[in-house]
Amino acid sequence: MSDTLLRVRDLATHFSTRAGLAKAVDGVSFNVAAGEIVGLVGESGSGKSVTGYSILGLIDPPGRIAAGSVKLDGEELIGMPHARLRTLRGRRVAMVFQDPMSTLNAVLRVSTQMQLAMLAHGKPSAGDMRQRSLAALARVGIPDPERRLEAYPHELSGGMRQRVAIAIAFLNNPALVICDEPTTALDVSIQAQILVEMKTLVREAGVGLLWISHDLATVSVLASRLLVMYAGRIIEEGPTAEVLQRPRHPYTRGLIDSMPSRAAPGQDLVQIPGATPSLTNLPSGCAFRARCAHASAVCSTAPEQTFEGARAWRCHHPMQALAAAPGQP
Amino acid sequence: MTDFIRLAGITRRFTSAPSLTERLAKRLTGSKAHATVVHAVENVSLHIAKGETLGLVGESGCGKSTLGRVAAGILKATSGQADIDAAPVMSNGKKHTTRIQMVFQDPFASLNPRMRVGDTISEGPLAHGLITRAESAADVTRWLEAVGLDAAAAQRFPHQFSGGQRQRVAIARALAMRPDALVCDEPVASLDVSIQAQIINLFLQLRRDLNLTMLFISHDLSVVRHVSDRVAMMYLGRIVETGRTEDIFKAPRHPYTRALLESAPRLAADGAPVQDIQPIRGELPSPINPPSGCAFHQRCAYAQERCINELPVLRPSGDQREAACHFPLEG
Repeated sequence: MSDTLLRVRDLATHFSTRAGLAKAVDGVSFNVAAGEIVGLVGESGSGKSVTGYSILGLIDPPGRIAAGSVKLDGEELIGMPHARLRTLRGRRVAMVFQDPMSTLNAVLRVSTQMQLAMLAHGKPSAGDMRQRSLAALARVGIPDPERRLEAYPHELSGGMRQRVAIAIAFLNNPALVICDEPTTALDVSIQAQILVEMKTLVREAGVGLLWISHDLATVSVLASRLLVMYAGRIIEEGPTAEVLQRPRHPYTRGLIDSMPSRAAPGQDLVQIPGATPSLTNLPSGCAFRARCAHASAVCSTAPEQTFEGARAWRCHHPMQALAAAPGQP
Repeated sequence: MTDFIRLAGITRRFTSAPSLTERLAKRLTGSKAHATVVHAVENVSLHIAKGETLGLVGESGCGKSTLGRVAAGILKATSGQADIDAAPVMSNGKKHTTRIQMVFQDPFASLNPRMRVGDTISEGPLAHGLITRAESAADVTRWLEAVGLDAAAAQRFPHQFSGGQRQRVAIARALAMRPDALVCDEPVASLDVSIQAQIINLFLQLRRDLNLTMLFISHDLSVVRHVSDRVAMMYLGRIVETGRTEDIFKAPRHPYTRALLESAPRLAADGAPVQDIQPIRGELPSPINPPSGCAFHQRCAYAQERCINELPVLRPSGDQREAACHFPLEG
């Protein structure tokens, strides 16, 4: 493993709600190296997005980062003064959100928004900014960047808007980019374009990328390593192919098996019974045990993390190898 | 095979009049302002046999939802006719039958937040005299149980349910009308993966138990492959390919179908990640000003002169298959 760029240890982000304390992120640890793409996968409410926001310090009351450490290039971000954090956001760490219409300013031209991103971290000349903007737009596959630079967001398609958001994220050559479901709102053909462009960008720029998604198949196109989250915890992690082909946690296996491509057409899909538990009322021990076919008495105690090579999981009854799906080429 | 649902030459255009400022601007320059016409669906003919599920696949803006609404009788076609069991779905611009019902994508938007679930389910059948008020409680229980919900759910409001449960309520509401056919418009797109599997299984089970005919609209190829007997691919308002599901997925004839299959993230049979997806170049053209000839020609790797000038029509392309392409792909 090359140098660790991002080091997250025992991160805990809690929200005080009327229903009680919601431990959205409950002791999460992982690393992202420079040039590495890490996929953070989970269903709604698993805490994957809150993990991403916590890294950037984007947690507002009633939420708070209750514990843990987030180090970027060895520098602690938790508890860092706001002024210092602002110099890092958008320069060392950038974020791309799901909906580009809510992240782009609807009343400013693309050029203005790109200039603002550069002026926040320096005093480049107008000519320099224009050149950098054009280069950034071209790099994310925007045809005719000179014309797009003068456009307003509403004049662009959804795919183009997301490309602009990505171009802005990469403008100041950040070391780390966090992407929160950036292709979920896009069509299949546009999603594929952006996934391929993203891979090239990461390779050329050597940035570390944390890709947050609910979709295992999409993440697996990009990520070399997977983190699977459930109810605020990383319950399994490891190299993408190994996790997908030989999941050890029953929840990971359930997620993979419930994909329609895993069953013969027309046959019932393997389904995980029940629904994600409420974060304010988690069962003791393993949070998945109420939905797990392998649960036993020991599961009411929290499973410790088990390590095996580059892999780790939290389960008292880890699974063996995954059988191939029937009836598919 | 008899056609149970038949769509014949459906065209639907949306016209918006030019705005006042546009008209003024045009008047000053002495020209005439024109209405904007969106060609959402252009001359589409489809048929679905009794008990069959037809998957309708396409990207956003291709017209698949518009076509679904026309088939369900909740949107009037500009021209063409939608029939169910040889009777028109609409007459005099109004829906004329209860035999076809619809399930929408977003169960947060499709259920009335101020109505108890039981009332939501019984409202339709009561209004149409399918049940009496005395029967309604038992009827609601029957449909709640059919979709895997507890009878006690009838007393609750939509906000007290999760997304998956709400979609079950929406399905129960559609079924309570005793339909023969369902139009499902992206019914699992807004659900989590594990919940999506539960709802797909529910559809499979209901189809078996009630012999439902379904038009299943989705952008998700793996979902469509799983539930459909036949598939129709749509691109910019037109059907570009139809055929049996496995034939289409194994050997697509239309370059758009193949390109879409190759661009979709997926796992290999052994669970291995597929990292070399092949994106389609370019973007979906505008349905306001569709390209000449084949609408896909600007993005197609096989396009030739003829594709720019001549609109390809659906032609037989093998057993129970059709493709609208001048140069269909071989096996």
